[in-house]
Amino acid sequence: MPRIRINGIEIEMERGTTVLEAARFLGIPIPTLCHDDGLKPYGACRLCMVEAGLPPRHRLQSACTLPVEEGLVVQTHSERVERARRLLLELYVATCPQSKTIQDLASRYGVREVRLAPAFKDCIQCGKCVRICAEQMKAGAIGFAHRGARRDVRSPFRPQSEICRRCGACLYICPVCELRCQGAKPDTVLCSACINFSPACLHYHDQAMCFLEPCAACELAGPLRLAGPLSKDRVWHKPLPPKLHGELL
Amino acid sequence: MNVAPARLATLTHLRLAAARGRRTLLPEQPKILVGMGTCGLATGADEVFEALRDELQHRKLDYVLAATGCIGWCGMEPLVDVQLPGQPRITYGRMDTRKARELVRGLERGDLQPKWAVGFLSGYENPLTGKRLRYARQTTRVDGVPRYQDLPLFRHQVRWASRNCGIIDPRSLDEHIARGGYFALHRVLTAMQPHEVIAEVTRSELRGRGGAGYPTGKKWETVANQRATLKYVICNADEGDPGAYMNRTLLESDPHSVLEGMCIGAYAMGAAEGIVYVREEYPLAVTRMHEAIAQAEAAGLLGEKIFGSGFSFRIRIAKGAGAFVCGEETALIASLEGRVGEPRQRPPFPAERGLGGKPTCINNVETWADIPLIVMRGGDWYAQLGTKSSKGTKTFCLVGAVKNTALVEVPLGITLRKVVEEIGGGVPEGRRFKAIQTGGPSGGCVTESLLETPVDYEGLTSAGTIMGSGGMIVMDDSTCMVDIAKFFLTFLADESCGKCFSCREGLQRMQQIVTHISQGQGREEDLPLLEDLGWMVRETSLCGLGQTAPNPVLSTLRYFRDEYLAHVREKRCPAKVCRELIAYRIEPTICDGCGACVRVCTAEAILGEKKQAHVIENARCTKCGACIEVCQPRAILVE
Repeated sequence: MPRIRINGIEIEMERGTTVLEAARFLGIPIPTLCHDDGLKPYGACRLCMVEAGLPPRHRLQSACTLPVEEGLVVQTHSERVERARRLLLELYVATCPQSKTIQDLASRYGVREVRLAPAFKDCIQCGKCVRICAEQMKAGAIGFAHRGARRDVRSPFRPQSEICRRCGACLYICPVCELRCQGAKPDTVLCSACINFSPACLHYHDQAMCFLEPCAACELAGPLRLAGPLSKDRVWHKPLPPKLHGELL
Repeated sequence: MNVAPARLATLTHLRLAAARGRRTLLPEQPKILVGMGTCGLATGADEVFEALRDELQHRKLDYVLAATGCIGWCGMEPLVDVQLPGQPRITYGRMDTRKARELVRGLERGDLQPKWAVGFLSGYENPLTGKRLRYARQTTRVDGVPRYQDLPLFRHQVRWASRNCGIIDPRSLDEHIARGGYFALHRVLTAMQPHEVIAEVTRSELRGRGGAGYPTGKKWETVANQRATLKYVICNADEGDPGAYMNRTLLESDPHSVLEGMCIGAYAMGAAEGIVYVREEYPLAVTRMHEAIAQAEAAGLLGEKIFGSGFSFRIRIAKGAGAFVCGEETALIASLEGRVGEPRQRPPFPAERGLGGKPTCINNVETWADIPLIVMRGGDWYAQLGTKSSKGTKTFCLVGAVKNTALVEVPLGITLRKVVEEIGGGVPEGRRFKAIQTGGPSGGCVTESLLETPVDYEGLTSAGTIMGSGGMIVMDDSTCMVDIAKFFLTFLADESCGKCFSCREGLQRMQQIVTHISQGQGREEDLPLLEDLGWMVRETSLCGLGQTAPNPVLSTLRYFRDEYLAHVREKRCPAKVCRELIAYRIEPTICDGCGACVRVCTAEAILGEKKQAHVIENARCTKCGACIEVCQPRAILVE
């Protein structure tokens, strides 16, 4: 079994485990947004960066995709790591300032100032929804489209995928917006999920990052939908003034 | 020209093919060659070719008219070469149909038209064999025409990888063999063990020419040591850098060298299948590769039991859809497997687990083309050129503000100054050198004070830029560095695959900030913020694209900070490029009121009576620059 050294602590881990698992086994906290124990590592959020290797060949690498290797030396909280993490979280807050998860992480890792204009994006493209749909639900109803700035998550070509079973796993696993609709409820229950749709994350129903369009819960609720907060003609306003620069927190 | 070759199974067959090739390479009749690479075709080489053929037919002249690849003199295209038997080969630059017809008429009466000639070549050493290809029986002179070897553009060049470019007809296998091609493969298959081949490559200290500079021998050894029934070799020809076309030229002008290199590599590593991953945007290169593979298969140089040995190897072509990131090896593999072209974490390296989970060796076009040389001449011979850590030669595309835009091949370790000022001929008159950017869009910009930097992997890295695949863009003082940073960031933000949050969002933010600065809306705090973001993107991104993408911004911030400050503090663009910060004005004392500017102005921003000084209405002016181009007395000033 490969023997590695994390923050000076030697540990033997089974071949095939990742540095993130090893660190968590030791109780060392490493923040993540795109990692989930039930999904294959993806390495998109870059928050789990650790410093791997010895100088001069030490580099920052994502712990979730870094397999343990004999003699690997890892620092999880070096100055370089902390600085990278802080700058990343600053960018995360600026991208999705409305997300509670991101605000909490930023606060925990010492981000006290955001120098970038808030963008109010709904999605950080961590790919959790895509992966749970493909890996756990065996559906593959949604995926990434386009690249670069235009990249987004969607079902192929049409708003509603034919293979989508409306299971709601994508909503369940999304790390950015916990106030979002939590999925369909049995029809005996008066669904209040939509009430919980905070204007923080949705401006229009059309822009909702909800792949269950129209929302199964809303459909079951029937007439409520017309009067409910998600009616198509109702415009939600952004919770923060758009030109807030540098004084977000 | 396109003689279907018989199956080549022995050394004698190769020699016979070489003899056939020599007869077409140096025929007994006068021969006219036209450079028909993409570069030549873009400037009208096909029309020149047609005109030459028409004129030759019309005059019933028994000349050989042939197409060749690109010799690398991009600024002089279309190029036509005349090769009279026993006489030096004379190159004519900037030809057109009229000149072409006149050239033939002149040749008929024995006039060589030295007024259009740009250089002559009496002989040329073939690095593969060490022998000279002799055009002239003795060293002669052509009046009024410089020798190639005396031209600064060619004097410092050592053409190893591009040995056949512009010399042979890329569609002729015989001519390639006449230049020593496939003899290395024969030697490898009949007289060398796989480990001996790898040892030779290791001894040459060849490093990957795609940009990262990983030692090729080491990579081959890793693949060779893997226990797998199936292994792949891949030729990475996904060249996406703006202003770089080394790989395209090599594939178009000498496809067989790449195939031979891949064959040798496959034998050394025990691979049975090869793939050439080439961009769809290189249609001519794709066609040439298809033709070359078909020829090699017909000749038995690819396929079952090559040269009667037990070694079988096939090559197929895969076309990339033009995503820049697919030049990254793990993204390339993803693309080949039919997935989205996104990189993944290494390790495991493709050499261990690559295409379909099998060991895969991915090398750049140029690396593959260097392999036959190393086998024929030995690793020590190859390592004679270069610096301590970087051996051999490298092709570069020298473009931008230089007199000679060219595709050049130079020994590593040559200084940037020599490349710019001697080979490139310096910046055009009236302008001053400002910066050179090496290594494609994610390279850094280097100032004049660093021109003594040797061109090798370590030297360029220490100057804050990269070797990359070999783009070199020279900029003069009419270039705004903020504008340059904006341009490359826009390219990279668009070409980022978007997987890593840091690269996707970070580059977008940097692009926004730099755009704001170029529009005069920047603040001084933006500069350290840019540096922070750049550092973060470089440190935390997964693949080479993200790790090098901030280079243009970071290096311009480092060397041209005062230019950023002028944009931020004084809202002024010193190079007068950024449109939001400049204004056009007509100097009334110079303007003669001809009205030419009024006619070209699409924004209708220029007012004035005939024969009287005109005025530009600034609110309407889009600063397109059309008026400046037409103004004869140069009355339009940029402020």
